[in-house]
Amino acid sequence: MEHPVRVLKQAGVALLAPAVAVAVAVVATSLVILVSGSQSGIGDFWSVMLGAPEHQTIVNIVNLGVELYIAAVAAAIGFRMGLFNIGVEGQYGLAAYVAAVFAGGMFLPGPLNIIVATVLAMVVGAAWAGIAALLKVYRGVSEVITTLMLNAIAPIIVTHFHNKYGEQTGYDIRTTPLTGSSTVAGWAPYGANGGEIWTLGLLAVVVGVGFWLLLNRTRLGFDLRATGLSPSAASASGVSAKKMVIVAMLLSGAVAGLVWIPDLFGHAHTYSDASFAGGLGFTGLAVALLGRNRAGGMAFGALLFAWLTSQSDALQIDTDIAPQIVEITQGICVLAVVVAYELVHRYRARSEQKAVAEAVPEAVAA
Amino acid sequence: MVATQTAAAPLIELRGIGKRFPGVVANHDVDVTIRPGTVHALVGENGAGKSTLMKILYGVQRPDDGAIVVDGTDKVFRSPSDAIAVGIGMVFQHFMLADNLTVLENCVLGAEKLHGIGGRARRTFVDLCARFGFDLDPDVLVEELGVAARQRLEIVKVLYRGAKVIILDEPTAVLVPQEVDALFDNLRDLRASGHSLLFISHKLDEVLAISDDITVMRRGTTVGHADPATATKRQLAELMVGSELPSPETAESTVQETVMLRLDDVSLVEGERAVLDAISFAIHKGEVLGIAGVEGNGQTELVEVIMGLAHATSGTITLDGEDITAYTTRARREAGIGYVPEDRHRHGLLLDAPLWENRILGHQTRRPSARGPWIDRAGARQDTERIVEQYDVRTPSIDTNARALSGGNQQKLIVGREMSGDPVLLIASHPTRGVDVGAQAAIWDHIREARRAGLAVLVISADLDELIGLSDTIEVILRGRLVGTFDPATVTPAELGAAMTGGHD
Repeated sequence: MEHPVRVLKQAGVALLAPAVAVAVAVVATSLVILVSGSQSGIGDFWSVMLGAPEHQTIVNIVNLGVELYIAAVAAAIGFRMGLFNIGVEGQYGLAAYVAAVFAGGMFLPGPLNIIVATVLAMVVGAAWAGIAALLKVYRGVSEVITTLMLNAIAPIIVTHFHNKYGEQTGYDIRTTPLTGSSTVAGWAPYGANGGEIWTLGLLAVVVGVGFWLLLNRTRLGFDLRATGLSPSAASASGVSAKKMVIVAMLLSGAVAGLVWIPDLFGHAHTYSDASFAGGLGFTGLAVALLGRNRAGGMAFGALLFAWLTSQSDALQIDTDIAPQIVEITQGICVLAVVVAYELVHRYRARSEQKAVAEAVPEAVAA
Repeated sequence: MVATQTAAAPLIELRGIGKRFPGVVANHDVDVTIRPGTVHALVGENGAGKSTLMKILYGVQRPDDGAIVVDGTDKVFRSPSDAIAVGIGMVFQHFMLADNLTVLENCVLGAEKLHGIGGRARRTFVDLCARFGFDLDPDVLVEELGVAARQRLEIVKVLYRGAKVIILDEPTAVLVPQEVDALFDNLRDLRASGHSLLFISHKLDEVLAISDDITVMRRGTTVGHADPATATKRQLAELMVGSELPSPETAESTVQETVMLRLDDVSLVEGERAVLDAISFAIHKGEVLGIAGVEGNGQTELVEVIMGLAHATSGTITLDGEDITAYTTRARREAGIGYVPEDRHRHGLLLDAPLWENRILGHQTRRPSARGPWIDRAGARQDTERIVEQYDVRTPSIDTNARALSGGNQQKLIVGREMSGDPVLLIASHPTRGVDVGAQAAIWDHIREARRAGLAVLVISADLDELIGLSDTIEVILRGRLVGTFDPATVTPAELGAAMTGGHD
């Protein structure tokens, strides 16, 4: 088995990077507050951000964390093989709309309706991502370009159908709301007024465990990682690059399709401009970067981002600092972590080389 | 064969240059003397240490030992700008030009301080072109230039920065013959005006045609100097690949009746050019077939076609009686082909993955690495321990990343891996390139042992010691064709050299 001391040391080095990144982000955010000329000082800001969260805020953190985590895993499936699916945003948007329309139609009884709608969301997400995969494999078009373009196209399609077939309610348009057995009750840890944690948030656990198993325990996952580490070595080992692009993109899109599902069945019950949460796909990319595309790291990243976002709501009440300031914190976190990981990577490579040199006598002339 | 050094004081002297990378000695005891106003050729096979030496001379890397003496004074180059400052310039094999800028803009880019960016820069550029006969229009976009014109621009760029010594890294590799002649005319003009040129190549015709002095490198060091007036291609080829031939150690033949691999009229056409032209041969069980040839004559493509990394344009490939021409790489590996690639970093290893994961690479679908759709970690780890033990891979642990190991130990791991799972055919491409002497002997022993056990082996190598020491039969490849079959027991290096270079001096 792997040596326990070694594992501990590795874990320590791995944790160093995010810790440094968060520290840098804290300093930078403080500086921004300092120069922004608000009445409230740095101390006020951090006492709000680091204060014990309200009950409702804790619930919000968990729910937002779930969505961010699923979006991050979706992106990470591609990242781990060197494929940049920047299109999680469009994939989950389209999937959310189709799932809401289908579930609202109540074609199937209760639980079955939920399951089929969820699967449909995955299929739609996969199909939308699949367009980019096919263009890359057969036409050599960069997936970065196509997924970004598809991000722009997805809301246009949704808006078109939504405006045409949606129900008008006051100033908003919505899909037919879910009722009764097609909704999923949540868990209210702080009583009726404390908010509900969505039951389907458990999907995040399933997705996370599945992601870890796939990458670390399966042949497909090995091929995926091998392609990410060295495309040339992977293809010499018998991995078909084209097949991997298609498989990874479809998987990534399918997971992206799940991002808004917990909200749809647990809280929103309908798709409308007011109920749909946009932007999770892009934030998910940042969380994947922060968590270094690892199942555990992304969970930490998702909760951190959710914490920052949810806690910042209180800034408007207690200070005159704009809550958008946390977006600066988040952005700097990601930027700093990329740099920090690179430094850690180099340090680790050097120290390992040194360890090998000490353990074995040096070779003679080549 | 020692060149007669004229009385002129040397312009640049490299004395006893050594450069070590972790576990590998890239250069040692390298001595090169460049006289002013000459073309100095540096020849040697890929991996002989030429590019490391050039990087040292151009300030990209710093030597561990030895001295660089320019005009009689010791110099230490911290970066290429130090080298440029004393008048050394380099034209890389892969051009470094911005397509969307004009010829003049590319030339001035990065050297704005020298002659500004206006009329003065233009005048300097036009003067240089006129003086040395470079036909370049300053206002054309670089994207519209052909390869030869881009190369001329790279040379003018170097001259513009005031170089007196120009390093040219395999400048003819990308040119057609007429363009080579034109380039050589330019080079002669430069020489006539007092510039020195360091010309790196392994094309011996060209080396003999253009150079005044020749230095030969092999296995990281300079092994000889030759005078182009008297040296022959054959002599140079011998120097490049090593001429002290060992007596074949594979004395008793283990060749069996059964044909394991057969190629029938296999051709591979890239664009208009046939890189493989009607290749046919057979390897029997227990037989080692060696492919000799100067690099770039189709060896890489031959391996790719057999491994399924490229698909033959025509012809058939048969493994153990089965037509595998249309098989994927994975199906071929599952059929029992082991593969020791030419470039282990690019094709043989996941450098940032631990050794036990590297054990799985290429064996993703087979025991002990996999069970059904799952990776068998315990099985893979256990078998990695076996390889480390049996093949003497020097590593602190199987959890060490492959990158940290020396070249020789990386290669031993690959050989051990590719010998696992009872292969029927082993493709070994330059199996001991860049590995230390100890690892080399061990790898040779493993190949001989497997041969005795009935393995069919294809060895591609630039090292005649290796080919003669291992092979039962040697085929020579030249411009994509097999041009001669030799018995390693009786062949002479001169015969091989002649076949490798086209049968004449």
